[in-house]
Amino acid sequence: MLTDKQKKAIETEILRYPKRQAAGIEALKVVQAEQGWVSDEDLKDVADYLGMTPAEIDSVATFYNLIYRHPVGRHVIHICDSVSCWIMGFEQVQQQIEEQLGIGMGQTTPDGRFTLLPIPCIGCCDHAPTLMIDGNLHENISLDGVRDILEAYQ
Amino acid sequence: MNIESGSSVLERPLTQHLKPDAALTLAEYEQTGGYDALRNALKSMTPHDLTHIIRDSTLAGRGGAGFSTGQKWNFVPDEDIVTRRVPPHEMDIVVPEPHLWGHSESGFSTGDKWCFMPFGDDSPSPKYLVANGDEMEPGTFKDRLLLEGNPHQLIEGMILAAYAIQADVAYIFLRWAYTKAATRIARAIVEAYEAGYLGCNILGSDFSLDLHLHISAGRYICGEETALMNALEGKRATPRTKPPFPPVVGIWGRPTNVNNIETLSCVPHIVHYGADWFKSLSRSENYGGTKLYGVSGRVNKPGLWELPMGTTAREIIYEHAGGMRSGYNLRAFLPGGASTEFLLPEHLDIPLDFKAVQSAGSRLGTGTIIILDDKTCPVGMVHNLEKFFARASCGWCTPCRDGLPWTARILQALEEGEGVPTDLDRLQLHTKLLSPGHTYCALAPGAMEPLQSALKYFHAEFEQHIKDNQCPYRS
Repeated sequence: MLTDKQKKAIETEILRYPKRQAAGIEALKVVQAEQGWVSDEDLKDVADYLGMTPAEIDSVATFYNLIYRHPVGRHVIHICDSVSCWIMGFEQVQQQIEEQLGIGMGQTTPDGRFTLLPIPCIGCCDHAPTLMIDGNLHENISLDGVRDILEAYQ
Repeated sequence: MNIESGSSVLERPLTQHLKPDAALTLAEYEQTGGYDALRNALKSMTPHDLTHIIRDSTLAGRGGAGFSTGQKWNFVPDEDIVTRRVPPHEMDIVVPEPHLWGHSESGFSTGDKWCFMPFGDDSPSPKYLVANGDEMEPGTFKDRLLLEGNPHQLIEGMILAAYAIQADVAYIFLRWAYTKAATRIARAIVEAYEAGYLGCNILGSDFSLDLHLHISAGRYICGEETALMNALEGKRATPRTKPPFPPVVGIWGRPTNVNNIETLSCVPHIVHYGADWFKSLSRSENYGGTKLYGVSGRVNKPGLWELPMGTTAREIIYEHAGGMRSGYNLRAFLPGGASTEFLLPEHLDIPLDFKAVQSAGSRLGTGTIIILDDKTCPVGMVHNLEKFFARASCGWCTPCRDGLPWTARILQALEEGEGVPTDLDRLQLHTKLLSPGHTYCALAPGAMEPLQSALKYFHAEFEQHIKDNQCPYRS
């Protein structure tokens, strides 16, 4: 069930659009903000609330990179794997993070602390390689600096 | 971002007043003359006057993601169109030839684009204006600077554009990853409402506009304007068929005009200082203004600079970006993002404007240069690009959905030493199968641009991967 707080947040989003359904992406984000991902149950609740079928809203949820239909860790690491970061060596950074956390791309650490995902170009190519954690941008990543960056996210 | 100071206001209008790592507040923007253009326009200009100024300024669209948004306007409207506007029923006559699809909105006159919006008392309402801030073209980081640094400049540009096309509602479509920009834009919108620049009867005039921020949930295809419209409606962001074009049937079936962030940010300055001034900023004959140019890769000072339109790649790479890093030589460069064709050192002296870059066999695209150095594998670079495009495909049409992963897999095989001689023919074939006219939108044709130029310029490297059964750049 959507909480009153969630409903209020979704209603605020709906005001920006002429149709309720248009706020679908925002509604999914509202739900995701609570527990980090969108479960089947959440999906049905959002669909009911916006007057859509679960299939309709799922087609939206599965299309966008940043709506998660699986559980994720407390912190989501997005490594930019596009061309400028590739030239500047993101693959070594990725390898270092994978070794340090003991997980591969798309996986979550057993303690639920980190999920590791790729992201297309985050528009910071003059400071490559780059990554984002929980929406915070980290630039000019060096192999030596990875440990300190991750340390800040417990 | 490298913001240099010292030039006069008339030379670098877009970035002149930016502060390091903070957005200009409303008061700071007003101190630089901000919102004066809007005040004057609402007082003394008709929407037609404003469109005329933008048209005369030769402001060309700065989007450049490589999609078909501009080719639909591939004919040049006559002068008459500005004054009489195009009635909706005539819009559908403007059907592009399929072989013309797949280039870019870049280079298309912004004033002309505005003229395609239906006008007058009998035009459908509401009408919409959308600022496309879904900057996701790999290697591109120009709109981020304007979104984070001066949201009021964008908002004023949007209000002026909305006045010119008489739009009722405007959206800023922002990609999720620009979190800093989101906070700053949201604050700026509130400030603009409180100051009377947005809402009902703006500055006491008859003109009203509502402006909303839409934060997307991440997908490259959202940058294509018809896909963007579906995304705004809360749907999967698959492109729409054209015709009907957005000025006829846009978001929620209403007339819609979509412009890039850099394009709209130029508008207040053009209205304030005039079309001739804007043209005088440029070194290019055909396109007025400055351009945000960037460089990434192994140069000494990667960065972004506002320079005269038509600045050469040599000046940008060797003067502003400080030249190649020690131990690296320039082998080639993509002039404007991932979906542009490679250019070689012999092209360094061409002016980077839409026409000249096209004559050299590529596209200006977003104007952000990506450097391929001599120690980086060209096949590996193209593999990275095609892997991106394969993942970015919306899956709507088969050539793109199936062709791009196939292309990426062949390139991966080459990189892993498992290439066979027929692979090169197959890659070549894909550049034809996914060329303009064979796919629903311009994503796949854009993806083929770096590939086909790499096959042309780096054929020996491709063959060496097959002959040696390994990538020569991997130890």
